[in-house]
Amino acid sequence: MTTTTSLEARTSAPSRSPRPDRGSGVGGGLLTALTWVIAIAFFFPVAWMALTAFKQESEAASNPPTWFFTPTLDQFRSVIESGAGVYFANSLIATGVSTLLVIALAVPASYALAIRPVKKTQDVLFFFMSTKMLPVVAVIVPIYVIAGRLHVLDTIWTLVVLYTAMNLPIAVWMMRSFFQEIPGEVLEAASMDGAGLMRTLRTVLIPMVAPGLAATALICVIFAWNEFFFALNLTAARAATVPIFITSTMTSEGLFLARLSAASLLASLPVLIAGWVAQKQLVRGLSMGAIK
Amino acid sequence: MATLVEKHHRREADRRDEVKTPAQLQRAEAWRRRAPLLPALTFTIIVTQVPFLVTIWYSLRSWNLLRPGADRFVGLSNYVDLFADSTFRQAALNSVIFTLGCVAVAMLLGIGLALLLDRKFVGQGLARTLLITPFLIMPVAGAMIWSVSMLNPTYGMVNWLIGLVGINPVDWTSTYPVLSILIALVWQWTPFMMLLVLAGLQAQPKDVLEAAQMDGAGWGKTFVSITLPQLRRYIELGVLLGAIYVVNTFDQIYLMTAGGPGTASANLPFYIYQRAFLGFDIGQAAAMGVVVVIATIIVATFALRLIFRSFEQKD
Repeated sequence: MTTTTSLEARTSAPSRSPRPDRGSGVGGGLLTALTWVIAIAFFFPVAWMALTAFKQESEAASNPPTWFFTPTLDQFRSVIESGAGVYFANSLIATGVSTLLVIALAVPASYALAIRPVKKTQDVLFFFMSTKMLPVVAVIVPIYVIAGRLHVLDTIWTLVVLYTAMNLPIAVWMMRSFFQEIPGEVLEAASMDGAGLMRTLRTVLIPMVAPGLAATALICVIFAWNEFFFALNLTAARAATVPIFITSTMTSEGLFLARLSAASLLASLPVLIAGWVAQKQLVRGLSMGAIK
Repeated sequence: MATLVEKHHRREADRRDEVKTPAQLQRAEAWRRRAPLLPALTFTIIVTQVPFLVTIWYSLRSWNLLRPGADRFVGLSNYVDLFADSTFRQAALNSVIFTLGCVAVAMLLGIGLALLLDRKFVGQGLARTLLITPFLIMPVAGAMIWSVSMLNPTYGMVNWLIGLVGINPVDWTSTYPVLSILIALVWQWTPFMMLLVLAGLQAQPKDVLEAAQMDGAGWGKTFVSITLPQLRRYIELGVLLGAIYVVNTFDQIYLMTAGGPGTASANLPFYIYQRAFLGFDIGQAAAMGVVVVIATIIVATFALRLIFRSFEQKD
């Protein structure tokens, strides 16, 4: 823990700002180096997957590993030709529609919970969160049987309903925190003007919580896009989603490492880019549940 | 429901007893206020509670899809069988190991990384971007990366790396299946914990930190007496949310070890999946589901009460 003491020495000087700036000084430099080493270590598996996706199979499965090679798009071409489009379309619909539904249900609900602090509010919030405690495996058997009897197995709409239920508690929880941030005077002013609930929501509240709404939607998108268990058990040929596509690439025809990497990269890319671009919203979204 | 309305009604009356409105008006007002909540509440109750009630019903029946016509009521015998089942105990133990191990290690690493990132340095934004990436990677893809690219016995990067210092290659996923899955889980969940703690650090009031420094408090002292209490609710939330998701871990086990070798690395979700979808033993699988739910509720109630208490204190 030498790094800690050096930081302590630096920051305890009264003239300094509380946080060491620009990594100047030996202690700061060491901490910066340590941060970078860990960051690269965490990122390495992803970087290696991305590299492998541009290799030929023989280069991908070599020992020692191949570091230098002529990049090729063959693997991506083969992934697309093997019918990945259908899986991506299914994932897109299941994720998009369920996220829209979650928002449509969560905004009024969290508004009610945030603005009307009734005693039962805690109980309702507790109930919403407690449904997240319900292990999905405990309900998968009846869901399978019920879906079978309703003839909705292997349809995207089954996934849409389940993904909505899966993300709704988190969304209600997060959106309530964002609504609580709104000062009471704003609401009073709106009701003085005679605006009804829907108009107040649309013209005053939604614009104010827009960043929070974006964060909530992002987190719903991440969980829905990545969901595997429901998709594995409730879909087959028609409604299978991207995670199912990856596993089928992995098991059906033996192991083609480079092609598998290309498929995994393509599958992760939408969420990866969204998350990278909207980091600030992501952090805000995750932390809002903790603040309020 | 009536009591809920009445209670609300009474509170409303207390709050503004200077404007005495007729009771009926208040009743309508209470419903107008509660109405936005109902669609979400109704939807959640139907989609989550109905299947669970059906699970309880199934758990009391002997029903195996491989034995048609044998669907009959057997009372608690599925539960009795369960506690005699050593695989079930193994899977329960693995669930505990995965959950506690992953949440504890990911949280400690997350706190450390958040502290490292909460300083100004060159390329801070890029370092943070690299660090959050595992959280964004599709878990199925993450499991693939770890089982094949990293831990594969012949061409995995980990064996190549330890080979550089002269250690013999290890067949990670079959020799150390639990450890292999834990590594993949910790890798996936550390960024989540880091993001939460980082948000907590950035929400610290700067003037308090400055005041502490003025008083000559060192970094360690400031951290223990100011930063850590401030982070408490963020850490609690991270542990709670992390535990909820990690208890349900399925992807990594399905793809990395398939619960094996044998049933060495199966957790409860994976074992229930095996019994239901490979063994077609609906009754047994349902009974296991019910036991998991009861155990989860017992543990989670304590955790959730803890969180709510810390929320109420602040409010």
